[in-house]
Amino acid sequence: MKLDLILRVTVKLLLPFMLVFALYVQFHGDFGPGGGFQAGVIAAAMIILYALVFGLEAAKRVVPLALVQFMVPLGVFLYAGVGVAAMVLGGHYLNYSVFASEPAHGQHLGILLVELGVFITVSGTMTAIFYMFAGRGR
Amino acid sequence: MEALINMVLLTLMAVVTIGVIRLKGLFGVAILSGIYSFLMASVFIVLDAVDVAMTEASVGAGISTVLFLATLSLTRREETPSLHPPTVALFLALVTALLLIYATFDLPPFGSPDQPIHRHVADRYLAKSVEETGVPNVVTSVLASYRGFDTLGEVIVIFTAGIGVILLLKGRPRKGPRGEDGGASEPIEADAALEGRHGHEPRSMRPKREGGHAA
Amino acid sequence: MSTLLEPFAAHYNHWVTIFLMVSGLYIVIAKDNMIKKLVGLSLFQTSVYLLYISPGKILGGTPPILDPRFAVYSNPLPHVLILTAIVVGVATLALGLALVVRINEAFGTIEEDEIFEERGVEE
Repeated sequence: MKLDLILRVTVKLLLPFMLVFALYVQFHGDFGPGGGFQAGVIAAAMIILYALVFGLEAAKRVVPLALVQFMVPLGVFLYAGVGVAAMVLGGHYLNYSVFASEPAHGQHLGILLVELGVFITVSGTMTAIFYMFAGRGR
Repeated sequence: MEALINMVLLTLMAVVTIGVIRLKGLFGVAILSGIYSFLMASVFIVLDAVDVAMTEASVGAGISTVLFLATLSLTRREETPSLHPPTVALFLALVTALLLIYATFDLPPFGSPDQPIHRHVADRYLAKSVEETGVPNVVTSVLASYRGFDTLGEVIVIFTAGIGVILLLKGRPRKGPRGEDGGASEPIEADAALEGRHGHEPRSMRPKREGGHAA
Repeated sequence: MSTLLEPFAAHYNHWVTIFLMVSGLYIVIAKDNMIKKLVGLSLFQTSVYLLYISPGKILGGTPPILDPRFAVYSNPLPHVLILTAIVVGVATLALGLALVVRINEAFGTIEEDEIFEERGVEE
C-alpha cells in the first residue's frame, strides 16, 4: 500500500469533497433528492475509502471504534426521543407540529431532527460493519 | 423515449444476472453485482425515483461490493461446482416464472396514470406536502413525517443488524481447538452457539474439485 | 416510441422483474456456495424494489419534488418504502455475510454440501 502514491494523493483530495457532499445530501434533502439514509451511507463510504487506502488503523485513529459503536444506538435514541418530546409538548408520538408556533415550521424542524437521527445510525452502523469485517482478518 | 431507455437498461440487467448465475469466480460475481446495482440505480432514475437511485448507487454499488470483497478475503474466492444437477431448482424456477408471467397480463400497463396505485394517498401527499410540512421533496416529507413511525421501525432494524454483526465478528477468530482461545474475546452467546458445533480443527484446504470458469 | 415495441413495453418491466426474481430463487436453491446464495438473495430482493417502483412511474411525469413548473409527478409512496428497504437490505446482507465468515471459521468451508458431508448429514 505504501507505493500507491497516486491513489493516496487522489483519495486525500477527494475526501473533503465527499464529506461536504454527504452533508449537502443530508441538509438539502428537503429540497432535492437526498436525506439521512443516503447521506449516512455516503459518509460511511468516505471512511471506508480512507480505511481501504490508508489502512484500518489510520481510519480508527480518525474515527475511533468506540465512537462508531456509540453512534449506532444514538441515532435511534434521537429519533425515538423526538417522538417522546412531541408527546411531552402535548402532541401525538412523532407529530412534530407542536415544536413551533406554526405547524409547518414544527414539521420542518422535526423532519430535520429525525433525519439527523437516521444519519447518525446509518453512518455509524455501516462504518461499524466495515470495521468488523476488516478487523477480522488479522 | 423514457420507456425505450428503461427497456434497454432492464435488458442489460438481465444479461448481468445471467453472468452472475454462470460465473464460478466469486470475485467476478461481486463485481458483477456492483454493476447490477449501478444499472438498477439508472433504471430508478428513468422511473423518476431519484432518492432511491441515489441510495441504490451508494449502498448497492458501494457498500455491498466492499462487504462482499471483505468476506471473500476472509473466506475463499472460488465456488466449487455442484455435484448434483440443478434439475429441481430449474424446474421450480421455471414454473414460478410461468405462473407469474401469466399473472402479469392482469396488471395495468406500465406508465399509465390511471393505475390503482395513483388513486390513493399519493395525491394528498403531493397536494399538501408544502403546505403542511414546508418540504418540497415529497419523498422526504412522507419518509420523515407522514410515515415517520415506519421509518423509526426501519432504523431500529438497521440498529439491530449492526449490533448483530458486531456481536458476531468482534474479537479475534479462534485458532485451534477449544480451551486455548487466541484472543481474550468476550463471552458472547453467538460465539458459544457456533463454537459448540465444531469439535476439531477446521480443515485448512480441501482437495479442490475442478473449478471451471463457467458452468 | 415505435409501435413495434408498444405491446412489449406495457409489461416489459414486470417480465424483467420476474426474470430477476426467479434467477435469485434459482441461485438460492441450486448453488451450494453460501456467498453465491447471498448474492442470489440480494438479486431476489432488488427485483422486489423494481416491482414496487415500476407502477409508481407515470410516463411524462417528473420526480416527486414539487415545483410550480411541473404538474405530473410520479408516485412518491413506493419510493419511500423502497428507500428504507435498500438500507435495511444491506444491513441484513452484512449480517448474513458475518454468519458466513463465522461458518468458514468453524467448518473451514463455505460450501453447504461439504458441511453436510463433514457432519454426516444426509442431504
